[in-house]
Amino acid sequence: MQPGRLRLMIAALAFGAIAVPAQAATVRIVMENLVISPAEASAKVGDTIELVNKDVLTHTATARNGDFDVMMPPKKTATYVLEKPGSVDYYCRFHPNMKATLKIEP
Amino acid sequence: MFVRLGAAIAAITLVSGAALAEGKLTDPQIAHIAYTAGSIDIAAAKQAQTKATNKDVKAFADDMVRDHEAVNKQALDLVKKLNVTPEDNDTSKALSKAAADKLAELSKLSGAAYDKAYVANEVAYHKTVNGALETQLIPSASNAELKSLLQTGLKIFQGHEQHAEHVAAELK
Repeated sequence: MQPGRLRLMIAALAFGAIAVPAQAATVRIVMENLVISPAEASAKVGDTIELVNKDVLTHTATARNGDFDVMMPPKKTATYVLEKPGSVDYYCRFHPNMKATLKIEP
Repeated sequence: MFVRLGAAIAAITLVSGAALAEGKLTDPQIAHIAYTAGSIDIAAAKQAQTKATNKDVKAFADDMVRDHEAVNKQALDLVKKLNVTPEDNDTSKALSKAAADKLAELSKLSGAAYDKAYVANEVAYHKTVNGALETQLIPSASNAELKSLLQTGLKIFQGHEQHAEHVAAELK
């Protein structure tokens, strides 16, 4: 690859990275077969997390620090807008083996 | 209590062994066993919802009713879809008999003694059922959808077993 083209690509990537965060994003988190994925997700304050429950069981996304507690009925999707920054460990109250982390930047 | 529990497990194992010896379990039999096993845990949990005093034990019982009802509903939907009529069998009968005895035994307890006995039985019961799922029911299931539902069930019930162990440890 020519160095010139590489620089152009880097410039394009950088531009993309700067342009995107201007708007709040939606971060998708899936609960399937009693596993939360991704196990570690990143988002920003103001972003919406979309919690997709693919199981036949009711799940919750419950923050250990008490910041949020969202319930998802079977086969349903819930959304939640992030209000506070921090690295939040959350789990399902009904299935405590289901654990994940959400890193919320200011 | 533990002696009786051991006897109940032995009875289940023995009968399962007998059923296996007669030949492979059929899908209608497997569906019946799985549904019966779920119903048993729902009945135990409903008893716990009225008798348990510890809040973690109460919450665990709520979880059991919610999950096992959800899984049993899936099982009913599946047998309907597959046009299969669940068939009663010796394993189901042994499970029901042992469960009825256990329910009667637990009904005589109260307070912390009840909580401990219920949770201890939940650990043992899920262990037994998970073992049966892993070594007998799942390998014997012919229909792919039934097998898949049993595998999902196993995953859920393994979670219950660990949850029960955790609650049991907290009670000590």
